[in-house]
Amino acid sequence: MSLDIWMRENPLTYVWVGSYAVALLVFAIEVAMVVHKRKITLQQVRLLIEAEESA
Amino acid sequence: MAINWFKYSAPTTFYPLAGKLIPWFAASSAILFAAGLYLGFVVAPSDATQGEFYRIIYIHVPSSILSMFLYLVMAGYAALGLIFNTRLSSMMASAVAPTGALFAFIALWTGALWGKPMWGAWWVWDARLTSELILLFLYLGFIALHASIDDPRRADRAAALLAIVGSVNVPIIYFSVKWWNTLHQGSTIKFTGTSMQVTMQQSMFTMLAACWLYAIAIILMRVRSIILERERNTKWITELAEVKK
Repeated sequence: MSLDIWMRENPLTYVWVGSYAVALLVFAIEVAMVVHKRKITLQQVRLLIEAEESA
Repeated sequence: MAINWFKYSAPTTFYPLAGKLIPWFAASSAILFAAGLYLGFVVAPSDATQGEFYRIIYIHVPSSILSMFLYLVMAGYAALGLIFNTRLSSMMASAVAPTGALFAFIALWTGALWGKPMWGAWWVWDARLTSELILLFLYLGFIALHASIDDPRRADRAAALLAIVGSVNVPIIYFSVKWWNTLHQGSTIKFTGTSMQVTMQQSMFTMLAACWLYAIAIILMRVRSIILERERNTKWITELAEVKK
């Protein structure tokens, strides 16, 4: 079954999976990346402070 | 009681304020997303000509609006940083860029998904679509240019120039459907009114508010990391509770 026929027979699934699921996935990836970046930055700052204190 | 807004233009005062605001924006965004999706998929009726495919607009239109508006916000912050040499403005510009790029990507992606069943093509080199694609490239250019220069202050200035020059593209996107003969339809919601059904309007504005709040929350989260990174050699960073842990 071609995509054209499938999308016309399942318009709501097409809309949900194609646009909303993708958008929510993009948001989830962005949140995960920002949270990860914060963890890494905090670790770097702590290491820097420790290095300065021990020097 | 007068509020001294300039107080919050310093990273030292903005950092804790952003930390307090993030949960409120994030929670409001999640609630509005749930409400918007419920209204859009359960309450709002099908469109007479487009059937169920029109429901893409509840994510497509907010993403498109935000991709343009966030670019202006980014260019505004970049200009402030360039003119007044304020640290936080440039950090905010850097924090806005990835979110703006993602909204531009979602706008293009969902537009293509709507285009296939409605126009019979995923993509056409229409003025609205092409100018939105250029917007995505401008965001990516800003991010890449900023990342390619080691000195953050020089990177801020170079990327700010690109952001300011690129802002000319935003009115081009907005007015493209008026200035040229385009396949993309004109604005349904205007300042003078709209022909859109009430529930559809409510769904779209709820989703728009949800996307706005999400963008604010994620930008504040990102700018806190940028502040931490850039101000790591300052005394106030070493005294932060989360750093001491």
